[in-house]
Amino acid sequence: MTSRSGTAAPWWLPVPAVLGGLFVVVPVLAMVGRVDWTSFVALVTAPSSLTALGLSLGTAAAATGIAFVLGLPLAVVFSRVRSRWVGVARAVVLLPLVLPPVVGGLALLAAFGRIGPVGGFLADHGVRIAFTTAAVVMAQTFVAMPFLVSAIEGSLRIGGDRLERIASTLGAGPTRVLFTVTIPRALPGIASGLVLCFARALGEFGATLTFAGSLEGVTRTLPLEIYLQREVDPDTAVALALVLVVVAVVVIGLTSIRTGARAAWS
Amino acid sequence: MRGLRAHVVLRDRDVDVVVEVGPDECVAVIGPNGAGKSSIVEAVAGLLALDAGSIDIDGSTVDGGRRPAPPHRRRVGLVAQRSDLFPNLSVAGNVGYGPRSTGRRGREARVASDRALALVDAVGLADRDPATLSGGQAQRVAIARALAADPAVLLLDEPTSALDVEARGSVRAALATAIAGRPSLLVTHDPIEVVTLATRVLVVDRGRVVESGTTAEVLGRPTSDFGAAFSGLVLLPGTATAGGIALDGGGELSGRTRVEPPGRRCLAAYHPTAAVVGPDGSGLLRTVTALEPRDGLVRIHAQELVADVTVAAASRLGLAVGDDVRIAVPVGEVDVYEPRR
Repeated sequence: MTSRSGTAAPWWLPVPAVLGGLFVVVPVLAMVGRVDWTSFVALVTAPSSLTALGLSLGTAAAATGIAFVLGLPLAVVFSRVRSRWVGVARAVVLLPLVLPPVVGGLALLAAFGRIGPVGGFLADHGVRIAFTTAAVVMAQTFVAMPFLVSAIEGSLRIGGDRLERIASTLGAGPTRVLFTVTIPRALPGIASGLVLCFARALGEFGATLTFAGSLEGVTRTLPLEIYLQREVDPDTAVALALVLVVVAVVVIGLTSIRTGARAAWS
Repeated sequence: MRGLRAHVVLRDRDVDVVVEVGPDECVAVIGPNGAGKSSIVEAVAGLLALDAGSIDIDGSTVDGGRRPAPPHRRRVGLVAQRSDLFPNLSVAGNVGYGPRSTGRRGREARVASDRALALVDAVGLADRDPATLSGGQAQRVAIARALAADPAVLLLDEPTSALDVEARGSVRAALATAIAGRPSLLVTHDPIEVVTLATRVLVVDRGRVVESGTTAEVLGRPTSDFGAAFSGLVLLPGTATAGGIALDGGGELSGRTRVEPPGRRCLAAYHPTAAVVGPDGSGLLRTVTALEPRDGLVRIHAQELVADVTVAAASRLGLAVGDDVRIAVPVGEVDVYEPRR
């Protein structure tokens, strides 16, 4: 074995490290072990399961799209503007990261519910948001957008704005600079931000249940379906949970492929 | 007036400088680090807001009124220390970026890009990925990129200082082509660049212009300490005498030129390698204040005088700080002149 100078980890460090790894892996494997493979396909393809899965994928995709459209400008502003108010604004926007999702759901209900300031106004014009599919998308956007914003902002902060400055001296206006320089530069961050955001939206439970309820085909996403089935039919719950695990693994795989490719670049 | 006229006032950096660049001129700005040279360039480019003053480019005022023009409306070409090529575009895409930004179509942009690449001798690089270029190649492409946008003023902010010695030659050649017939402002630490590119030189120190003149004047007869150090000269103040200069530090030096009539304030300049050092003799008597190694020579600082001697000579003299020493400068090596106004 080659001895490495200076940077060797303490000998005991692998013990908690392995424990930490097992803590994550064992429950997942245990759950996979509980799957009833003979009925797996039937359970997963049951109409209520497929409806929930479809709803989940659709709403998560919509939430990711909205989070991108709103979150990219936020990230650009946060990375550019040098005002101390930006620090405050960033803390507020990233609040859902640390907020219990149930609280987020309550906050959304307070604003967009029938008696909320925005919801009341919309209700007067015949638009109802709470307990609709739109509410699911909003709940997911609320909790997942911070992941996107911080990932994009992180990639924009690398290297500062030197390329943008050069582009402006070459005659490119601010909009052109944004689309031809800033966004291409942020692509790695955008990609990982989208993946994280989608994953978080797909797993959203607390805010969705609070703000959107659990109506089959309308607001009952896969996590809600799993929670309900757990009491009625544990086998279905485990089978659907495995589907979410597979989706998560695919998502993680996508990010790590991208990271690997980036490492090979530089 | 075509060219550039800028009065740059930046309060927080304590910069107050007037720069004028004529239509066919390349003006070099030299000065110590932190003197405010890059700030001047950034202010002209519109990347730094003026606190006061004004900037005229190609006859129109781009800054100084109530609403300064944004960088993309100033028609400046900027080449900085780092080439900063856009990594997501090919070399041709980089060079064509300016023409495309000003509304030209793909084919036209490609033509402009090819023409600019030809000027810097980089046509063969057109389809390369910027990440595969060497430092010198990347910098030549950056020059081509600035040229393709057809700037009214070319701003060169230490364009070769990040390059190795071999790459500098080719980039200097590209710069010489780039500045031909185009008003250019060159910030540099490289005397070769000043000699080969600049028509006039501005010495900036602590945010003020401390000296200006033609390249020959500033390099040959400097009036500021930094200007003298830039050409490696020793600059001595004094009073004109019939044969040369009576130094403020005491003693007299004869010069190959003199200032008439005697009694006027004047300057003398010589190169330290010309000085002759001895333990006694007829030279000026000074006390050694510092000794430093310098490219195979030993530099002797003796109060305001400086002399470079070979290591062998230094060892023979056996000098130490505090010793008395006599320094003579041959008459043919001393230039005595009046400071320029």
